[in-house]
Amino acid sequence: MDNLLSLWNGLTPELQSVIVTTLQIVGVMLAVVICVAFLTLAERKVIGFMQLRHGPNRIAIFGLPFLRGVAQPFADVIKLLLKEVLVPSAADKKLFMLAPLIVLVPALAAWAVIPFSPEFVLADINAGLLYVLALTSLGVYGVILAGWAANSKYAFLGAMRSAAQMVAYEIAMGFALVGVLMAAGSLNLGDIVRSQEGGPLAWHWFWLFPLFVVYFISGVAETNRAPFDVAEGESEIVAGFHVEYSGAAFATLFALPEYANMMLVATLAALMFLGGWLSPLQGYVPDEWFLAQSSFFWLFLKVGLLLFVFLWIRATFPRYRYDQIMRLGWKVLIPVTLVWIAVEGVMVWLKIGPWAP
Amino acid sequence: MSNVRSLFKTFFLTELLVGMSVTLRQMFARKITIRYPEEKAPQSPRFRGLHALRRYPNGQERCIACKLCEAVCPALAITIDSDVSEDGTRRTTRYDIDLFKCIYCGFCEEACPVDAIVETRIHEYHMENRGENIMTKDKLLAIGERYEAMIAADKAADARYR
Repeated sequence: MDNLLSLWNGLTPELQSVIVTTLQIVGVMLAVVICVAFLTLAERKVIGFMQLRHGPNRIAIFGLPFLRGVAQPFADVIKLLLKEVLVPSAADKKLFMLAPLIVLVPALAAWAVIPFSPEFVLADINAGLLYVLALTSLGVYGVILAGWAANSKYAFLGAMRSAAQMVAYEIAMGFALVGVLMAAGSLNLGDIVRSQEGGPLAWHWFWLFPLFVVYFISGVAETNRAPFDVAEGESEIVAGFHVEYSGAAFATLFALPEYANMMLVATLAALMFLGGWLSPLQGYVPDEWFLAQSSFFWLFLKVGLLLFVFLWIRATFPRYRYDQIMRLGWKVLIPVTLVWIAVEGVMVWLKIGPWAP
Repeated sequence: MSNVRSLFKTFFLTELLVGMSVTLRQMFARKITIRYPEEKAPQSPRFRGLHALRRYPNGQERCIACKLCEAVCPALAITIDSDVSEDGTRRTTRYDIDLFKCIYCGFCEEACPVDAIVETRIHEYHMENRGENIMTKDKLLAIGERYEAMIAADKAADARYR
């Protein structure tokens, strides 16, 4: 132990910070991946319960009866990793194997700027929101590549749909975030959260409610989740862009990024509209209580709630028709955001609401 | 006016929220799925599962090789050869049922004048090798001997409706 400590002290400060940051990155990535595993379990459980089923209830940890089903994601992962990765003979093999990575890397890299608590953020950069927007848009290239490289008409159709949908909803999403920027006056995610200090009604969702709804809907569309999952559309194009993938490639192309992106969208919604790590009881209970203090616990709770809504929506609504998705994106969500940005501008001008002096 | 109302409904997502409240209520409803190996759905005494050939209480085979079951079988799953036995009665020398052909219609059981071929309520069985799908006379008789109590009880339960 002493040896290790002296070795550590012998390193240069630069090297120390590199090591600490690397460990932090690994920790955050592991946490995200484990959360993804349990999110798949939660999804199957929640949807099962809403359909009067039990969901997975067999594979237990150490055979404990009250944990039945908890180890299901690990069984799934082991199964997926042990399966053969088939590459279609007519596929572009390099792109085919590259595409899952292009989907996966942005989905994980975006977590770098997410402030998990008042103290902890991997990279506290000033253009954090811009970074997140840029990275989440990159994911669609992987989807298009996957569809193109597989050399299958179903995969190609799925990729085309996914691309058009992402372009349409990214605009609505961007506009919704413009509203947040106007309210917070910063692109730094930590500053955006700090600008919402002061109880639930001071959070952005209250004054920017239409933008919150638009952001959440376009978040569902961005992550290709039901009811906007025409990119998969198993009833018409089998499974869309990932129809030719199997085994580990399938897991990294489809399962991991989809759920990581879901969590990212939920986290961003929590940070920008629901006050992130701020306590909803702030000002209602004594300040020294744990419940009144800002902590990771509150962010976790809010993200969990939003993720539940994701699953709830999937269990409730049938899939949109393709033209209806386009109509909703271009003709409804974008005008709504534009109108509300104008309304917000008037509010800023008249100095009402959060802009009161 | 109705236009305004429909616009209101559209923008406040009222119908979507109604739908979501339905699924949320279902989430806390009692689950109707049966946890299969531990719990089982109730079964009728008329259930038509694996076949069996029965014997009389004195050990004599019931089957008299009348071949009515072979004739009535819509899937042509039954094959019977018959000969005169040592005691001078007509008996089957071969009684095969191909379980892959069988459609479990129960016609053989209905056709049998001596209640020899029956379909038991056994439905959890499997084959591990090619050819095991052919139920020979020996196998059918063995099943009949093993489950005679159950078969007799099922027959008795159904008797008053016949």
